[in-house]
Amino acid sequence: MGKTDSPTEKRALTIIGFLCNWCSYGGADTAGVCRFKQPTDLRVIRVPCTGRMDPLFIARALILGADGVLVSGCHPRDCHYAVGNLYARRRLEILKRMLPFMGIHADRFHYTWVSASEGQRWQQVVTEFSEQVGGLGPNPGVTSFHTGNREEL
Amino acid sequence: MKRSVAYYQGCSLEGLAVEYDLSTRAVCEALDIELVEIPDWSCCGSTPAHSYDPLLSAALAGRNLAIAEKLRCETVMTPCPGCLKSLKGALLTYHDTKDHDAFMELLAMPFAGQVKAVSLLQLLYEEVGPDLIGQRVLFPLTGLVLAPYYGCLLTRPAGFAQFDDPENPLSMDALLKAVGATVVDFPYKTECCGATYGVTRNAIVGKLAGRILDMAASLGAQALAVACPLCQQNLDLRQSQVDRYWKRRFGIPVLYITQLLGLAFGIDSRRLGLDKLFVDAAFITRTLHAPTEEVKAFQGN
Amino acid sequence: MRIGVFVCQCGTNIAGTVDTEAVARDALRHPEVVYATSYMYTCSEPGQQQIQRAIEEQDLQGVVVAACSPRMHEPTFRRAVEKAGLNRYMFEMANIREHVSWISNDRAANTLKAADLVQMAVAKLRFNHPLFSSQVPINKRVMVIGGGVAGIQAALDCADGGLEVVMVERQPSIGGKMAKLDKTFPTVDCSSCILGPKMVDVVQKENIRLYAGSEVESVSGYIGNFTVQIRKKTTYVDWSLCTGCGLCMEKCPSRKVPDHFNEDLGNTRAISIPFPQAIPKKAAIDKEYCRQFSKGKCGVCKKICPVGAIDFDMEDEFISEEVGAVIVATGFDLFDHSVYGEYGGGRFPDVISGLQYERILSASGPFGGHIQRPSDGREPKNIVFIACVGSRDASVGRPYCSGVCCMYIAKQAILTRDHLPDANCYVFYMDIRSPGKNYDEFVRRAQEEYGVHYIRGRVGKIYPKNDHLIVQGADTLLGAQVEVEADLVVLATGIEAAAGAKELAEKLRISYDLHGFYMESHPKLRPVETNTAGVYLAGVCQGPKDIPSSVAQGSAAAAKVQALFYRDTIETSPQVALVNERACVACGKCIQVCPFGAIQWKQLRGGVQKAEVLASVCQGCGLCNATCPPKAVQLQHCTDSQILAEIDVLCA
Repeated sequence: MGKTDSPTEKRALTIIGFLCNWCSYGGADTAGVCRFKQPTDLRVIRVPCTGRMDPLFIARALILGADGVLVSGCHPRDCHYAVGNLYARRRLEILKRMLPFMGIHADRFHYTWVSASEGQRWQQVVTEFSEQVGGLGPNPGVTSFHTGNREEL
Repeated sequence: MKRSVAYYQGCSLEGLAVEYDLSTRAVCEALDIELVEIPDWSCCGSTPAHSYDPLLSAALAGRNLAIAEKLRCETVMTPCPGCLKSLKGALLTYHDTKDHDAFMELLAMPFAGQVKAVSLLQLLYEEVGPDLIGQRVLFPLTGLVLAPYYGCLLTRPAGFAQFDDPENPLSMDALLKAVGATVVDFPYKTECCGATYGVTRNAIVGKLAGRILDMAASLGAQALAVACPLCQQNLDLRQSQVDRYWKRRFGIPVLYITQLLGLAFGIDSRRLGLDKLFVDAAFITRTLHAPTEEVKAFQGN
Repeated sequence: MRIGVFVCQCGTNIAGTVDTEAVARDALRHPEVVYATSYMYTCSEPGQQQIQRAIEEQDLQGVVVAACSPRMHEPTFRRAVEKAGLNRYMFEMANIREHVSWISNDRAANTLKAADLVQMAVAKLRFNHPLFSSQVPINKRVMVIGGGVAGIQAALDCADGGLEVVMVERQPSIGGKMAKLDKTFPTVDCSSCILGPKMVDVVQKENIRLYAGSEVESVSGYIGNFTVQIRKKTTYVDWSLCTGCGLCMEKCPSRKVPDHFNEDLGNTRAISIPFPQAIPKKAAIDKEYCRQFSKGKCGVCKKICPVGAIDFDMEDEFISEEVGAVIVATGFDLFDHSVYGEYGGGRFPDVISGLQYERILSASGPFGGHIQRPSDGREPKNIVFIACVGSRDASVGRPYCSGVCCMYIAKQAILTRDHLPDANCYVFYMDIRSPGKNYDEFVRRAQEEYGVHYIRGRVGKIYPKNDHLIVQGADTLLGAQVEVEADLVVLATGIEAAAGAKELAEKLRISYDLHGFYMESHPKLRPVETNTAGVYLAGVCQGPKDIPSSVAQGSAAAAKVQALFYRDTIETSPQVALVNERACVACGKCIQVCPFGAIQWKQLRGGVQKAEVLASVCQGCGLCNATCPPKAVQLQHCTDSQILAEIDVLCA
């Protein structure tokens, strides 16, 4: 669908946040309830648990040109599903190391843990990650194997 | 084992507190600590610098740390708590992500922030230790009742000093006990002496320093032990002013911890600058207990 | 799919910084959105009716509401669309309040963001399918963890309703902190007189099973069907035989044992009954001080016990209990005031905690209710109370108000003046917080009727001088320094989360805040529920509060459990994993990773194996979905296609 009739022209950056329902989504809600001001580029997708995160979701978003992807879950040991975030940690850590091989700057991806009570920490995470991605500028995406944005690395 | 530390004496120890410098050097020599004077050291900026601009204060103090680091010293020791605060401030600024760059730009010399800054008291207490100091004693200060006075800055703010208990420090107590002195449980050990108000608003020092002397006297202390040039100045140099304010004569000598340790080590009182004190402390040297038999045998050799 | 989009203005909460009309207009750009509107309060009755009317008139097959957090109103709107004939899972929410309007004032950027979130919700909704819940039976037994006043109230209310209750208490006796109090504010009625009968009720009710001296070891299962492992800590006394006669305690030769019930102010024996009104009234051996254990010989208690209950070879016992709901009422611990070096850091025996003073005041306390100094037994003449010790002080990591200290020092000062009319009481306070029925009047009485001297300011230092304690502080109303020569200093020690609170939270899979207090589902509207269905909260474990509030929460949690148990079955969420058998390659990875053992092998004809999800056990985390190599396992309502649709719409 085109963006011609959009309420405003275009968003500055496209940052996608995958938040687990129990901790980080609640943390983001807490930040909202406390009116902790944040940059507006982040769009949140709610998932039940970071264990639900298929690393390919993140890879796909970055290949398609998302400027940054943030994943946040419950602190280790506090997972609502006991161990989901531990699986996530291993998978996401490997993904982070793989990204440069795909022609994507590793700083475009960040994963962290924010509990439902940590509104202030959520504000900090969003602000810092938005600044970090802003510093990298727009992501041209990966159109084919050869035309990756290698100059960025 | 010979230890080597960079020595940052600071401005006070060149002037009014010259006896602190003398006794520090003498005691360190006796304890096999080599003091490497930082070449071309400069003032830490003291109160004016950090009240005007903390970054300036950090850079002024940082310069001395950077020189010490170039000499491959791991530790910089300063007897003065004021200087120590500036040195620690420089290290904190270096490790602060926000101020790091501005600090390095102002410093304009290579610095890796690896060097450690400690007070003389911390060096004696943590690196040497009361046990080793106790072993070095020739003339135990038996019978001498002392009030240990740390002042407000030596262990505070806790996050800065990272040494001893901020409210009830015990390091000086332990060192004085190790050399045989009787140490009173001194409630005012971290109360303020009036600090630099001695110059501008003398009556404040009169009141505050007097409280400290009064408490020491009421607990039966014969002398105060201190580790800060400014405290010593307010309590000793200004004691006659305090006497006038309180309309009584305290007559309590105020000695640096190093002077007391030095006496116990048998170092000559002139090398410790005891003659530089305003309130006479001669009774201490006079009443020092006679050396033990072992010591006599040792001295005979 | 015919989709309707409803953008809520939430008064000005959303409309203040988001152009909701523009968001609704933007939604219509999507070819499948046939209806879009903006309304003042979508969650209100007329707002919900508007949705239902539109479903009917526009023949909608799916609904998107852009409003507050789905954690708030998703159930509300699901019910609304269901009433209009849609399946409740043909509904999606876009959070444009907590995640948009409340976190930025940039109207243009917010409007764009809200429009994006709506498009994402629409994209996901296109892949939604109707889902149907199933029913599982409820085990109508409830476990109460913690036997303080909140837990006792919850247990008794549940038992009164005819439920079977299992109570687990860590200490050898129930009663909690309230059992240690002398009197309670603002009525000054005797604490043990009002709590005692309730404690007795707990053992007398036939449908309450009490495990004292026990801890929760592990919890598995889910709402309606929990299995809890309990560790019954060994006491070296067979409680089925012990009659609580106390003979062993009298004869025990180990007499220098700190009496924890009396806050270590007195001594007890190595074998002891914690206090005269203890429930259960049974003896227990403190291994650390028992001579049989430390020296290898003694056995006096074993010889003297008339029923032969002593057994030195006893070991911890493990018991498994099946329950349908859990009420957590684990209470709190007292702040350890020794971190305050300026108050002596625990060095001065006559600087005591609020709870220690409570024991001193108590007739069953270490001094029989006579106020005397712990150091020398002298009757104090001047008593100083210091408020906010470990409360409202970020420097010790306790920025919150403990909520009870202002009131309990007013009470203690009043009691002190009652006991010792000649004694002077001084209270150093920061602010007086007395928002409760008759609370402020009570503080006023302390000041006006009982002549307690209230000094507004902090104490900077306490030091001993000639058998007194000199309390140096500021009087900020006079703008002067003050010194009080005190004989006894009572610190109004604050409240902190109970030791082990975090570990228990991890076992129960509930959340806790920065300070270790358990998180309620919603701070205002769901104060006794947690985000783990079937687990409820009562008392101070959720946050500092006084006795009336703790009791109210205990009753509230009991009412919640009764409501849950009123039905015989519980609806399970259909948002569970589902295996597409044609795609399953039978690698077994999903079976390996599932934290709940909800996936098992299924034998098809011809010996073919496939994975199968047990819908009633699956919790819907989606770990198997992310793990499955051919993506044969899909988490319903959060499938790969749905997540990818949301990504694609943003990256288009």
